[in-house]
Amino acid sequence: MSFSTYLLLLLGMGAVTYLPRLLPLLLLSQRQLPRWLVDWLELIPVAILAALLAPSLLIDSHSNSFNLLRPEFWVAVPTFLFAVRSQSLGGTVLVGMGLFWLAEKLF
Amino acid sequence: MTSTQYNQTHEGRSGVLRDGLAAAWPICLGYFPIGMALGVLGQQAGLGPAWIGLMSVLVFAGSAQFIAVAMLDGGASATAIILTTLVVNFRHFLMSSALAIPLRGVRRSFLILFAYGITDESFGVNMTRFRAGNWDRWRALVVHHAANSTWILATILGSLVGSLIPPGAFGIDFALPGMFIALLVLQLHGRAYVFTGGLAAGLAVIWKLLIPGDSYIVGAAILAATGGYLVRRRVRRQREAKG
Repeated sequence: MSFSTYLLLLLGMGAVTYLPRLLPLLLLSQRQLPRWLVDWLELIPVAILAALLAPSLLIDSHSNSFNLLRPEFWVAVPTFLFAVRSQSLGGTVLVGMGLFWLAEKLF
Repeated sequence: MTSTQYNQTHEGRSGVLRDGLAAAWPICLGYFPIGMALGVLGQQAGLGPAWIGLMSVLVFAGSAQFIAVAMLDGGASATAIILTTLVVNFRHFLMSSALAIPLRGVRRSFLILFAYGITDESFGVNMTRFRAGNWDRWRALVVHHAANSTWILATILGSLVGSLIPPGAFGIDFALPGMFIALLVLQLHGRAYVFTGGLAAGLAVIWKLLIPGDSYIVGAAILAATGGYLVRRRVRRQREAKG
C-alpha cells in the first residue's frame, strides 16, 4: 500500500471507531431519557463485561472450541472469589496475575 | 450529587489527577504488554514505529488494531479493514449510550474530547466508579488519558524494541482478564445484576461457538440486559400487586 492509501485507511478506521463512541453520548446526554431506557442501560455494564470475559476464559480462540480445562478458567475461579471478598480492583489484578504465573509454571 | 459538586468539595486539580491515576493503573499495567505485542506484530507486517504510533493515535482500539495488522499482513483491502473495524468497535455504541446517564447535561465540547477515550477497560472502571458515587467526569477523563498515553507509547516501544523482550512474564497476560473479573464483581449490585451477568456469560459463550467473529459481545449484552430488565420489571409488578 502507498503512503496516501495507508493514511486514508487509518483515517477511515479512526472515523468508524470514534463515531460509535461519540454519537450516543452526544445525542442521549442532552435529554431526559424515559425510565425504561435508564433501567435497561443500567444493566448494560454488567452484561457487556460478562459477555467480554466469559468466552475469553472458556473458549480456545485458535480452535473456537469450549474447553473447561483452560488455565485461564481455573485461575479465574479463585480470582473471582478474591474479588468478591476484597472488592479491590488493583488487588484482584495482582492476585490474578500471580495465580496465572503459578499455573503456567506448574502445568 | 452532580459531578461539579464533587469536584469542588475535593481538593482541586491535584486530587482529580491523583484519583484518576489511582483508578487507571490496572488498565495501564494491562495495556503495556498488549501494546508492545501489537508494536512487534506491526513491525513484522511492515508498519514501522511512526505508522503504528499514528494508528494508535487515530484508532485507539486494541482488538481492532490487532485485526487490522493481521489483515494488512494478509493483503486485505482498505475497505475490508475499515468495515471490520466498524463491526469490531460497534460495542462502544452501547457503552457510550450507558455513559450518557452519568454525563447527562455535560457540554458538547467535553463529550467530544471524552468520547475518544472510551474503551472496554475505561468504560468498566469509570462506570463502576460513577455508580459508587465518588466520581466525576474530570477524574474519568484522567483515566482515559492515562490509558490512552500508555497504549500509544507501548505500541511505539513495541515496534522499536519489542522483539527483545520475552512474552508473558510474571502472569502479565492475566492482567486484563483479572481486571475484568474485578469489574464484573463490582457491578453485581443485586439479584437482577447477577442474573444479567450470568445470562450474558452463557449467551456469549454459546453465541461465539456458533457464530465466529465479534458479534457475540453486542448480541449477548443486548439480550441479557433485556432479559434482566424484563425479569426485574415482572418481580416489581408482582410485589406491587401483593401489597
